[in-house]
Amino acid sequence: MQAQLGFVSSPHAARVNRVDWVMTQVCLALVPGTLALVWFFGWGVLINMALATVFAVAAEAMVMQLRGRPVLPAIRDWSAVVTALLFALTIPPTLPWWMTLLGMLFAIVIVKQLYGGIGYNPFNPAMAGYVFLLISYPVATTSWLPPAVPELLEAKDLATLSFLDSARLIFTGGLPTDLSWDAITAATPLDEMRTKLDQGMTIPEIRASSPLWGVFGGRGWEWVAGLFLLGGLYMLWRQVITWHIPVAFLGGLLITAGAFWLLDPQTHPFPTFHLFSGAAILGAFFIATDPVTACTTKGGQLIYGFAIGATVFVIRTWGGYPDAVAFSVLLLNIAAPMIDHYTQPRVFGQKRRA
Amino acid sequence: MLFPVLNPQRERLRHFHGGVHLPDEKALSNAAPSVAAPLPAQLIVPVQQHIGAPAEPLVAVGDHVQKGQPLAKAQGYVSAPVHAPSSGTVVAIELRKLPHPSGLCAPCVVIDTDGEDTWAELPPPLPDFEQRDPVELRERIRQSGIVGMGGASFPSSVKLNPGPDQPIHTLVINGAECEPYITCDDRLMRERAADIVDGIRIMLHILGTGRCLVGIEDNKPEAIAAMRAAAQRDPAGRIEVVQIPTLYPSGGEKQLIKILTGKEVPSHGIPAQIGMVCQNVGTACAIADAVLRGQPLIERYVTVTGRAVAKPQNYRVRIGTPAAVLVGASGGFVGELEKLVVGGPMMGFRIDDDAVPITKAANCILALTPAESPDPGVPQPCIRCGRCAEVCPANLLPQQLYWHARAKDLDKVQDYNLFDCIECGCCAIVCPSHIPLVQYYRYAKTESWAREREKRASEHARERHAAKEARLERIERERKAKMRPKQAAVAPAAGAAADDKQAAIEAARKRAAEKKAEKTSEQQAGEPTAADPAGGAVPAASAAPDAVAAQQSAQGAVPKPLAPPPVATDAETGAAAGEQAPPPAQERPRASAGQL
Repeated sequence: MQAQLGFVSSPHAARVNRVDWVMTQVCLALVPGTLALVWFFGWGVLINMALATVFAVAAEAMVMQLRGRPVLPAIRDWSAVVTALLFALTIPPTLPWWMTLLGMLFAIVIVKQLYGGIGYNPFNPAMAGYVFLLISYPVATTSWLPPAVPELLEAKDLATLSFLDSARLIFTGGLPTDLSWDAITAATPLDEMRTKLDQGMTIPEIRASSPLWGVFGGRGWEWVAGLFLLGGLYMLWRQVITWHIPVAFLGGLLITAGAFWLLDPQTHPFPTFHLFSGAAILGAFFIATDPVTACTTKGGQLIYGFAIGATVFVIRTWGGYPDAVAFSVLLLNIAAPMIDHYTQPRVFGQKRRA
Repeated sequence: MLFPVLNPQRERLRHFHGGVHLPDEKALSNAAPSVAAPLPAQLIVPVQQHIGAPAEPLVAVGDHVQKGQPLAKAQGYVSAPVHAPSSGTVVAIELRKLPHPSGLCAPCVVIDTDGEDTWAELPPPLPDFEQRDPVELRERIRQSGIVGMGGASFPSSVKLNPGPDQPIHTLVINGAECEPYITCDDRLMRERAADIVDGIRIMLHILGTGRCLVGIEDNKPEAIAAMRAAAQRDPAGRIEVVQIPTLYPSGGEKQLIKILTGKEVPSHGIPAQIGMVCQNVGTACAIADAVLRGQPLIERYVTVTGRAVAKPQNYRVRIGTPAAVLVGASGGFVGELEKLVVGGPMMGFRIDDDAVPITKAANCILALTPAESPDPGVPQPCIRCGRCAEVCPANLLPQQLYWHARAKDLDKVQDYNLFDCIECGCCAIVCPSHIPLVQYYRYAKTESWAREREKRASEHARERHAAKEARLERIERERKAKMRPKQAAVAPAAGAAADDKQAAIEAARKRAAEKKAEKTSEQQAGEPTAADPAGGAVPAASAAPDAVAAQQSAQGAVPKPLAPPPVATDAETGAAAGEQAPPPAQERPRASAGQL
């Protein structure tokens, strides 16, 4: 026997992991939280997800074509889909289609592909795309619908949108004839908390002032966060992510929020409010864990996660924006290489850290 | 280590970082007892089957050799002899393809076997080894050609001689066999446990050590039972068989020591530095054969397995048997053969030709089907998921190593401890982007070595150049010095007012010049072509810096007109005194061989 056989270098055994498997697991883990979002905020969520996916995949294919790289492997790794879904889950379900297009173009073309494509982008594309829109169109990107909780809708005399209403709003910007913007939008729990605290109200007064509040955060919102948490636990179980970043993120948020709540419970909400409001859970399990832009050393991941959690609290409490996950993640993205450098593990047989 | 004082023998097992659980595939080949492989018509015995200097052939083409007769003798301390695996006639001593990743050819003694399989006269058995001097036993092991049989093939006698400044408190015996598919150590432990234990007792005696830990993975319960029963053979009860969890690569020397003792062998160090010696079970068995029976290492257990052979089986194989003979004994290839591997699926290497011989280090011939060894496909970009770092048993950051290796940044890869990588392949197995990481690390290591060699070579060339310049300068100076008296004679007017002092100087100068002339002619006799860098300049290399410095100080700091001759004389006296003299002629070829 004399032949040129197979792949040369060891190991010769079958590989046990695949990028596309990892990415599809992430998509799967998003299902429960997405269902909750659709339940409480209507069809606009799904329309946005579909639009963002189409735009992202098209943008990815276009750039790979322009770069003269194979298009199919880049599409088949599902990374553009994950970016699109995460982006779509953070924008309001009323966002005009062209803003979604802009956001996805910015995320895929500029943030991801101009840096070299998957694996080379220093910033999380979904969050960079979201922040790009947030800064450019602050009103449109913060106009959220109220959660479909009957008591809340009645109390505030608000309406929900049908599938056709949502589609028309997204594609033409046209509202249903009998409704105004005020009748379909409502402040998010984080907005409400900020506004009323700025008005000098105390936490008990704020909580008593509106049927918005649930057990942990806002009604409806806390369900969404809880189901994203379920998806996150699924990813931990399937070993798609490790516990380090989510635990450090939520720990950083809880510890800083808890410290200030202990100092002054009148002006600082109970820490679980921060956990179950906004994008904290989604961010901790799905966004901060993006492997490309996060720290890769275990020690670094703890620092990275904790710092994001603490920054979220700081920006929510004293910054100019009600939520802060996107900003915090981007801020720590750029610090990740340095954190990695200083947290290299001790190599086997060596005395000290490298 | 929880209660070391209460129970020093039963330390809690430790874990090394990382590792991967792999389908072990041992059931393919571990059920049936080993059989003797057929004696091939031709044996191909490489003269180098060990780390260190190649052995020097002792036989000539046409010689009849007996089984166990030395074919080549060890050259130097770190070396091992090789023996005739069977009786027959030496038909060639030539380059043959070895089981080596590159398909490398090396000198082999080729023997046509006569089928008689008659033993040569063997050295006497030493059953009373416990009364023998360790030096004698080590010499026996050395003369028996025993090398590490776990794969590293380092001469065992050297490993068993750590020296007086490194007392050994624990002998670690490696029966982990953590690579999937391979079962030769498993079968060896089941079938020859008593011999392994005898080998251990011999090694304990040689090392003067009171404790031996035998580490065996828990997927080999029969081997553990056999070894535990055999350990009773040691009346002093020094041998403890420890069941360790199955986790690749627990059979790595450093990983096994960590599991069994909790201690880490220093980076770039050897176990002896922390008072331990680690040997494979196959080595222990070979040592028993050598000491108790006088038999040299001519046979080993080899697993032939994989789903591309008809009947996976363990064989007792004569060293030098072509792999094809073993594959044939196993019923040949069946189905589609994706690749043929020597060693295991994680660290073994592919061979393209099954005519290569079994060597002392070859433990497995693995014939893999496409399903067992699927093409990993085109590598995708690294997504920095860090799975590789989670499984790295050396606790490295493989993603950083890959990044810098890909960028050919050799300084950076060394900053990230490239040379602590044991190439176990865990990172590549778990990589979701299917990047051939180990190949990148091998590349970076090879490039680093090449760069180191190049650096040394260029330094050497620079020194040689400087030496040559210095020598030419000196010759020029000497020529001028010789000319000066003549010029003075030609122009007597200039020297008309010469006083006694001037005459004395002239005389001294003349004496110096004569001495130099003598010296130069001597040198030229020794160096036929002064300008030939390979011949002439090499010996002067060591004197170069001195000569250059002397020359500089002569030109810069000493303004006297007489300065050049005395300085030159200083340099000469140094050389004449023999301190920096050119080496004798017979040493020169060696020096120039060293720089290549």
